[in-house]
Amino acid sequence: MSAVIAEHDHHDDDHAHGPEKGLLRWIVTTNHKDIGTLYLVFALTMFFVGGAMAMVIRAELFEPGLQFVEPQFFNSMTTMHALVMVFGAVMPGFVGLANWMIPMMIGAPDMALPRMNNMSFWMLVAGVLLLASTLFMEGGAPASGWTLYPPLVLQTGKALPFAIFSVHLLGISSIMGAINIIATIFNMRAPGMTLMKMPLFVWTWLITAFLLIAVMPVFAGAVTMLLTDKFFETSFFNAAGGGDPVLYQHIFWFFGHPEVYIMILPTFGVASTIIPVFARKPLFGYSSMVYATASIAFLSFIVWAHHMFTVGMPIAGELYFMYATMLIAIPTGVKVFNWTATMWKGSMTFETPMLFSIAFVVLFTLGGFTGLMMSIAPSDFQYHDTYFIVAHFHYTLVPASVFILMAAGYYWLPKWTGHMYNEKIGQLHFWLSAVSVNILFFPQHFLGLAGMPRRIPDYAVQFADWNMISSIGGFIFGASQLLFLYIVIDTVRGGTGEKVSDEVWEDAHKHGLEWTLPSPAPYHTFTTPPTVIPTEHI
Amino acid sequence: MNNDIKQKNIKLLRTLLLVAVAMFGFGFALVPLYDVLCEITGLNGKVEGSAVKEVVYTVDKDREITVEFMTSLNESAPMVFRSEMKKIKVHPGEYYTVNFYAENLTDKIMVAQAIPSISPGLAAEYFKKTECFCFTEQTFKPREGRTMPVRFVVNPDLPKQYKTITLAYTFFDNTKTQ
Repeated sequence: MSAVIAEHDHHDDDHAHGPEKGLLRWIVTTNHKDIGTLYLVFALTMFFVGGAMAMVIRAELFEPGLQFVEPQFFNSMTTMHALVMVFGAVMPGFVGLANWMIPMMIGAPDMALPRMNNMSFWMLVAGVLLLASTLFMEGGAPASGWTLYPPLVLQTGKALPFAIFSVHLLGISSIMGAINIIATIFNMRAPGMTLMKMPLFVWTWLITAFLLIAVMPVFAGAVTMLLTDKFFETSFFNAAGGGDPVLYQHIFWFFGHPEVYIMILPTFGVASTIIPVFARKPLFGYSSMVYATASIAFLSFIVWAHHMFTVGMPIAGELYFMYATMLIAIPTGVKVFNWTATMWKGSMTFETPMLFSIAFVVLFTLGGFTGLMMSIAPSDFQYHDTYFIVAHFHYTLVPASVFILMAAGYYWLPKWTGHMYNEKIGQLHFWLSAVSVNILFFPQHFLGLAGMPRRIPDYAVQFADWNMISSIGGFIFGASQLLFLYIVIDTVRGGTGEKVSDEVWEDAHKHGLEWTLPSPAPYHTFTTPPTVIPTEHI
Repeated sequence: MNNDIKQKNIKLLRTLLLVAVAMFGFGFALVPLYDVLCEITGLNGKVEGSAVKEVVYTVDKDREITVEFMTSLNESAPMVFRSEMKKIKVHPGEYYTVNFYAENLTDKIMVAQAIPSISPGLAAEYFKKTECFCFTEQTFKPREGRTMPVRFVVNPDLPKQYKTITLAYTFFDNTKTQ
């Protein structure tokens, strides 16, 4: 072990005061900031890996006919793109933010279970590597879509058990991360930091963590059943033995729908944190935001079958799932109106984090509206499995979750690194992203309504024009993200060279405890709990 | 971190791990739950897996129901499988026999199972079979082909809105799992 360096001499406890030196620091670290950084770097890397897969998809769809890849590989790309983006980029991105920010926002010295924190990160890496390794196996990577529906998924070659074990590892990793977050929030808050004074990012993560614990094991169970169906002659989903493939869809979406909210609730949290700072107003309707988040989480458990309106449910089932799904629009609407009301008559400035957050509010709402369209069971028969749904969920994921992860990056990078990012390039990145994301996904609505099915490498010629436009948007969007990579690296290395203050953004210290700490945040923070709790966000 | 908080953290960790394990179990509990739900509500077009006794119904000569037959093979099982007719008009209450033909295309003994499905699902409980090759596994000698009858009746209680019932069979090659 390398020597321990005392960085802050005011500490009087006996554990390590600074990071280990060299590579070992990152492997054995139990520090929430180090682990947060690991998660964020990993998520960014996977964002580019998954993005490269998306580029393969868009290149193949640029023109009708088969140009670049075999249909089997194309299907592997859609499947792997989804799995990598969901489990490798968006979820770890938010876990990274949680690790970095939750202890600093609630005045805790670290996460509650630091060793488990380290373990859950490395298990994530192992899971994603295992998943990536399937690309090089006989029979190719899973190509059945990320939903892994049987019987199709059971035709996967040698990769099937590896993909399933990878899902197990990813599941265990997220469950451990979730437990850690709940324990931190319940047990480690500074005195005076009551639940209803916590920043919304902390609230949304608390609720997300419960969702994770509730549904990741169900998914693990479902893929275990696939495994035993394939190798141990059980018949959970095999009709020949009395099973039913539709049962898999029910179990999958019992996990799948809350999973969607696992990716969006922390997004709401970050947006609710950033918007008040740049509107220079307290968040409008703090408690309604908390209750709306909880309602969305509850509703997520009772709407799953709207993903499978076409399996042949009876009319009563269709109606129930239709109305229950529409209900979600109410708490979501509460949130959108609250964000708008927060900006109303605020002294707004439009730095990059705010630009991304505003784009999130607008474009997420658009994705929400198409969701409402699909909740109408009779219309859904037309939208089902077309590009319309691809457009819908990409609107709720890319200009929502991904934009907000970018916003969070711009917002907290100065606190993490002590350097200011280049605002001009940041804004360029925003405008390129915001315009190209619409060129990329908006035409997909038209394609879907015209009947273009999803997950196909080739298509009828009448879909050619919008596909070409969509692909062009995709290439611009993909290339623009390299700017973000540049900005992150540049900021870490010194950025604009300007000295950033502790609160970085004007009056930010009123909005969150993290802005009362020095920039960059020292390795150990709040070893003694803070005494003043900011309440401007409430 | 003082010991008090450490204890609390470990306690919470244990509770939440237990919840996770319970939810893993819940995933498996969904399997019987699903079957029970389908059985109670008659959803999903699942039909009785064994023969019903032949009961005499009053035949409703005024009403005509179209019964359609579909045959398919799972994962390209090496078989020929067809019904002697694509559809038949039936009167509720009257018994009919329709022949199906299946043939083993391999040079080995084949064990296969046909799985029926009825749509619309809610009509399934009114569709009664007194004889069907789907009630048990069928063993075929190499290259053997044979004709197998299905005897059925549509219960006259079938609600008025149903005019067409589709009976679909899928043959699964179960030889490997023997």
